[in-house]
Amino acid sequence: MTDQAVTMAIPLPVAGWRDYLALLKPRVMSLVVFTALTGLVCARAPMNPALAAVAVLCIAVGAGGAGAINMAWDADIDALMRRTRSRPVPGGRVRAGDALALGMTLSLFSVGLMGVAINPVAAAWLAFTIVFYAIVYTLWLKRRTPQNIVIGGLAGALPPLVGWAAASGATPLNAWLMVAIIFVWTPPHFWALSLYISGDYAKAGVPMLPVVKGPAATRRQIFAYSLVLAPLGVAPAFTGLGGRAYLAVAILGGAGMIALAIRLLFSVAGDPDPAAAPGATGLYDVRLDLKPARDLFAFSLLYLFALFAALLVEHLPGVPGGAW
Amino acid sequence: MSDPNLEDPAAARARRGRNYLLAGALLAFVIVVFIVTIAKLAANVAQPPV
Repeated sequence: MTDQAVTMAIPLPVAGWRDYLALLKPRVMSLVVFTALTGLVCARAPMNPALAAVAVLCIAVGAGGAGAINMAWDADIDALMRRTRSRPVPGGRVRAGDALALGMTLSLFSVGLMGVAINPVAAAWLAFTIVFYAIVYTLWLKRRTPQNIVIGGLAGALPPLVGWAAASGATPLNAWLMVAIIFVWTPPHFWALSLYISGDYAKAGVPMLPVVKGPAATRRQIFAYSLVLAPLGVAPAFTGLGGRAYLAVAILGGAGMIALAIRLLFSVAGDPDPAAAPGATGLYDVRLDLKPARDLFAFSLLYLFALFAALLVEHLPGVPGGAW
Repeated sequence: MSDPNLEDPAAARARRGRNYLLAGALLAFVIVVFIVTIAKLAANVAQPPV
């Protein structure tokens, strides 16, 4: 039997609806929706609940569209990394062109509906966010600079601003403060992750900080960003955005972030493993003792969720001591 | 010899699933447009534009 005959006899993987749903990155979408909803509620602008739901839907669909575009354009590097190689496009179940078409359709739909149903300010910021993530981050920053997630993190930081703009048509300082918190939170969060999967990034040629500058420099950067993040997280309590509950969460969470960052700073997480077999050792082999990096990664998620949950609860109508 | 034009059952099932998803998305879009229209109309009734 020839190779060609063997190839033809193997049925191609079939794409189901779950694959198309996976293209939208539902887990990322859930965080985007949560932070955008917080921004929308914190705007304290009277809004028809149905229109508020439509605004959140637009943001969710826009995030999904951007995710699909990202998966279409990143398929080549996704195929080289364990974390991403089973995604629908590198897995061969969805063609890159189809993923791109889906992403662009959803992006245009979300921006268009936001403009028609809500307001042009929110639509413009939503469009900017999608373009920044899909083009500036995916096509340009991600493959070119170790600062990829620092600058590209702006896309993930903007949803509260979009939510705020959807509710009020404005983007005041407090909305930008929420953006700033997510923006400064992003590098320590993703660098902690990249410390224990830097081998994958190296294989794919993605210049993540641990790959380019090494794990020690990455641990120092994580510490530095955590030092900025902790007081920044407390700031909304002094600008009229957060109340006492928020202040307590921000102080405790910020202290936790700094403590875990110090622990990571003095750890060996991400360092080459001297015990690895000859020939297998190299810059990209990591030690098994990666707990400090994993703990910081997990805690940073909890920290951000707690900050925004506190803001959300404090601004809900009917909450004692809330803004309504 | 099997018919080369006959669709594989798994492929047919997947296609049906995708079609249902598309139909659901279209239905959701119609509902959203309806809701937006009613909400905007209601706002205009409550506060008529001058």
